[in-house]
Amino acid sequence: MALSIEDIKKVAHLARIEVSESDAVATLTKLTGILSLIEQMQAVDTTGIEPMSHSQDLSQRLRDDIVTKTNLRDEFQKNAPLLGNGSTEQAVAGGLYLVPKVIE
Amino acid sequence: MEWEVVIGLETHTQLKTNTKIFSGASIKYGAEPNTQACEVSIALPGVLPVLNKEAMQCAIKFGLAINAHIAPRSVFARKNYFYPDLPKGYQISQFELPVVGKGAVTIQVPAVGKNAAYEKVVNITRAHLEEDAGKSVHGAVEGMSGIDLNRAGTPLLEIVTEPDMRSAAEAVAYAKKLHELVQWIGICDGNMQEGSFRCDVNVSVRPKGSEKLGTRREIKNLNSFKFMTQAIEYETRWQIETLEDGGTIQQATVLFNPDTGETRAMRSKEEANDYRYFPDPDLLPLVISEADKDAVRAQMPELPEAMKARFEAQYALSSYDANALTTSRDLANYFVATVEAGADAKQSANWVMGTLAAKLNAEDTSISDSPINAQQLAQLLKRISDNTISNNAAKQVFEALWNVEGSVDDIIAAKGLKQESDSGAIEAIVDEVLAANAAMVEEFKAGKEKAFNALVGQAMKASKGKANPTQVNDILKKKLS
Repeated sequence: MALSIEDIKKVAHLARIEVSESDAVATLTKLTGILSLIEQMQAVDTTGIEPMSHSQDLSQRLRDDIVTKTNLRDEFQKNAPLLGNGSTEQAVAGGLYLVPKVIE
Repeated sequence: MEWEVVIGLETHTQLKTNTKIFSGASIKYGAEPNTQACEVSIALPGVLPVLNKEAMQCAIKFGLAINAHIAPRSVFARKNYFYPDLPKGYQISQFELPVVGKGAVTIQVPAVGKNAAYEKVVNITRAHLEEDAGKSVHGAVEGMSGIDLNRAGTPLLEIVTEPDMRSAAEAVAYAKKLHELVQWIGICDGNMQEGSFRCDVNVSVRPKGSEKLGTRREIKNLNSFKFMTQAIEYETRWQIETLEDGGTIQQATVLFNPDTGETRAMRSKEEANDYRYFPDPDLLPLVISEADKDAVRAQMPELPEAMKARFEAQYALSSYDANALTTSRDLANYFVATVEAGADAKQSANWVMGTLAAKLNAEDTSISDSPINAQQLAQLLKRISDNTISNNAAKQVFEALWNVEGSVDDIIAAKGLKQESDSGAIEAIVDEVLAANAAMVEEFKAGKEKAFNALVGQAMKASKGKANPTQVNDILKKKLS
């Protein structure tokens, strides 16, 4: 499968990764290499083999429905970033995490 | 041209668990912002999700209730998108292998105008487990949005139908039926104001008779049945008008504005639907064994369909009555308790769905909070059946019971509502009335049937409403013949 520079830019945009023109060209080469490896693997005959969704052949462990977490909000919010524009205040208010205004 | 509307629903039901789907944080509604947002909810690096067993059991319950295939192995997938209330950058959901496969729900579409009521089967495509996102709060701080992650990770079961519905009435009948069912089997509290039951409705139109589906628009997050009706009707009209004016429908997500009654397309983002699903490497496949299903099956209540059939057979109720009584488990249990306390089944059905339902509605309360319990209602109905009180007096006793004025018999005694069933006493009253109303008697004898009812009225009045009306009728008939 042939990738184009546009594909690289689209994937980068979807992942919110900034890619310069020169990086895009280099990434195209690397990703093309990875895809050709996948093509080689796809050539292997897997008839009769059940597809796996995880590398380990195990099943999901379950947790009892019991509250085990306590309120650590203040601890967690010590990690909140600063408000920006040279502010020394953290981006939290009234228990909320603050982010730039989102309008739908 | 005649148009046909095609509707499919996606419903997010919040599962009635204590904790989140992948962590032991509480999901109690209304907590202070972020006090229930643990390290998994806020997506700190290095945390791992562990599935809540109860969430799996809720999914199995639903699958059993709609006779669906329950996947022996289902897989969690990452749905990737960026939004501030989703700090991981992906929502854990299920994609290719959902936990619940194809099933069906039978709905009753009520009569509208000249169209009679009818039954219809709506096919369920799938139902999958997923986590809810957090909430954005606007206006708390100027120029910023606040993020509350208490809701992040709340367990949801998303239930998807086939595009089987052909009118707003059918869509709402389905949504109501599903709403009743998830509460009946105890997997969702059904609280629509708090967002426990939210519907996305896909609407498209096509020329009647056409097999090909039109382009659909999805109305997001409808949280009341009234809004659902309005939104679908508006959207249908809008699509038909657009096509008739020579326009085309673009696939879009729309929001319903309850103030204007209109739907409006959200700003469509490029690549908005490119979610790049892939199996979540943090979670192993969910394996559900026959034993798991049997364990859940053993706890399942009798389902509404089965109970309805049983009510028809066991209590000789009409299909209409049986259906109305099985809209909620509390209602059905109340009815059964009334009958088991010795009341007549048909009479119990009438009172539970009539007088009691009207009172509950007027007082804006629910049957589980009714001040009159099933045993009291049964006692009241028994006093009607054994002729102690008339139907009219029973209404007064009912009001008094509602106001907790005492037991049925105490109220009857205190208010002097016992009806006169002594035939000698009634006969004396009737004789008096006949003597005092000679003119009416003449009229009746001259063929005026109405005069008879007037005489009954006089006799009832003379007894201060206490005479047994059936007996008054009989005795009058005898005396006048």
